Amino acid sequence: MHPLLRSAKNLGFYLIAWLVPIVLIACTLRLSSTSSWTDSFTLAASFGLPYALFCLTPWYLCRMLPLRDEHLLKALLNHLAAAFVSGVLWLRVAGYLLPERLTPNLMPMFAAGILVYLLSVALHYVYLTIEASKEAIRREQEARVLAREAELKALKAQINPHFLFNCLHSISALTSIDSAQAREMCIRLSDFLRNTLRLGEKESIPFGEELALVNTYLAVEQVRFGSRLRVERHIDPHCEGCSVPPLLLQPLIENSVKHGIAGLVDGGTIRLNASCDNGSLRVTVENDFDPDSPAPRKTGMGLANVRNRLAARHGDLGRCDVNVTESSHRVDLLLPCQGFNS
Amino acid sequence: MTTIRALIVDDEELARRVLREFLSNEADIEVIGECANGFDAVKVIAEEHPDLVFLDVQMPKLDGFEVLELIGPDPAVVFVTAYDTYAMKAFDAHAVDYLLKPFNRDRFETALARARQRVRSSAPPTERVEPMELAALARAPEQFAQRIVVKDGSKVSIIPVDKLDYVQAQDDYVELHSQKKSYLKQQTISSLESALDPKQFVRIHRSSIVNIERVNKIEPYTKDSRIAILHDGTQLPVSRSGYARLTALLEGRT
Repeated sequence: MHPLLRSAKNLGFYLIAWLVPIVLIACTLRLSSTSSWTDSFTLAASFGLPYALFCLTPWYLCRMLPLRDEHLLKALLNHLAAAFVSGVLWLRVAGYLLPERLTPNLMPMFAAGILVYLLSVALHYVYLTIEASKEAIRREQEARVLAREAELKALKAQINPHFLFNCLHSISALTSIDSAQAREMCIRLSDFLRNTLRLGEKESIPFGEELALVNTYLAVEQVRFGSRLRVERHIDPHCEGCSVPPLLLQPLIENSVKHGIAGLVDGGTIRLNASCDNGSLRVTVENDFDPDSPAPRKTGMGLANVRNRLAARHGDLGRCDVNVTESSHRVDLLLPCQGFNS
Repeated sequence: MTTIRALIVDDEELARRVLREFLSNEADIEVIGECANGFDAVKVIAEEHPDLVFLDVQMPKLDGFEVLELIGPDPAVVFVTAYDTYAMKAFDAHAVDYLLKPFNRDRFETALARARQRVRSSAPPTERVEPMELAALARAPEQFAQRIVVKDGSKVSIIPVDKLDYVQAQDDYVELHSQKKSYLKQQTISSLESALDPKQFVRIHRSSIVNIERVNKIEPYTKDSRIAILHDGTQLPVSRSGYARLTALLEGRT
């Protein structure tokens, strides 16, 4: 339904607005001819008020014929035809309304009618375009809010109770063995939790901060696993400025520990590589695992989250590939490296 | 009073040290050793016959339930775990006790008192549950065994279910066939059947279960029975109800 017809108030304002040109036309008629005031007003109103309503009709046609390059001619012809028909109908209606003694020259009226109709078409298109862009902005904001909520939910789900309870148990063990190390472990664990919460709230962080978080995590796990957990890092320092979603890497490292190292009697190595070239950041997380322990069937909530978040942010430019060989598991991440600015 | 011989099984050194520290004050307990993985645990338990085992659940090679499955009913077992909703249900019902990490000395003493009672009373508890059933209780619903563990003396074999071809019942045992080898395990065929994914394994006869992917063809045998021929040439009898289950499964898969 036409927005002006949705409420009586809107329609009222619209018709009152039309009174301005009607009064102006009446005055012009009175001053430029011998017509009386009554005749001038009758004439202006009989033509003006019906036309106010005719000028609302392009709404429907404009909505049916959105302005696109390939349809421009079709739209133009349709509107011209509609203008012609409206013009004829309008003059007939006005003819009924006019007292018989008034016989204005219809040709210039008709021409003016066509022009006003086309003006109305243009205004309707402007209105529709503004509405469409408002809608697009609203939808984009909605999508952002949804994506953000999804991320937060994902992050909350990732705080792993196993990890937490095992750490607390290690601390409990250390209190009587080595109280200084127990305190150190408390501090490392607190650092990790604090950073997880702090970084999780942000939309983007420099890759360097994500690496620092991963290092804190690994420092905690090192206390639990001792020499069973070995880490090799090859990080190009240039990458540390790349902007990444927070906790992108951490769940992958956690998976490596949980599904890889923890299942190996003699432990294993986590290899973390990062390089950046041609504006993209390439990160690889590789770990050994026990070939006798088949991967759990519901693999990687964490991995699915990483994948979804990359897709939401970068579309086709973000990639997350998994490669599994006999005894090693590798995840390759590829994402655009946008310099961090905040 | 005889000493209780206890074994500590946990893959984390610090966790083992907590138990050792708590046990060191107990005059009637002797710690005979520590194991860092399930394989070692099964081996040491078979050789040393401890009275009491503190058993971690999440471990490399064999997890706590698999160890329990393989060691038989003799030792009293106290599970030690960080967090596992389903497992806790199982413990509540059937284990001597379980300790949730981290635990304090009071909680530890309670568990130890229960274990003492169990060890000192010569008769095993009347309502003992088959370890396999306990393991099933500990699995999340709709989740089937990923692998089967078998012990021969102190040697442990792990058979991933994807590599299991077929199973035949032999009295109280099941004979598992995988990659041209066979393994004997003390378990009923029904309890094994319920642990396996019914989309992959079907009970084709009172005494056999087959991996559907190994079946090559099915041929008539007598008026009422058929015979399944596997890709490796093995022939297995198929009963009438087994044939119905097999065709239902095959239709469901296509």
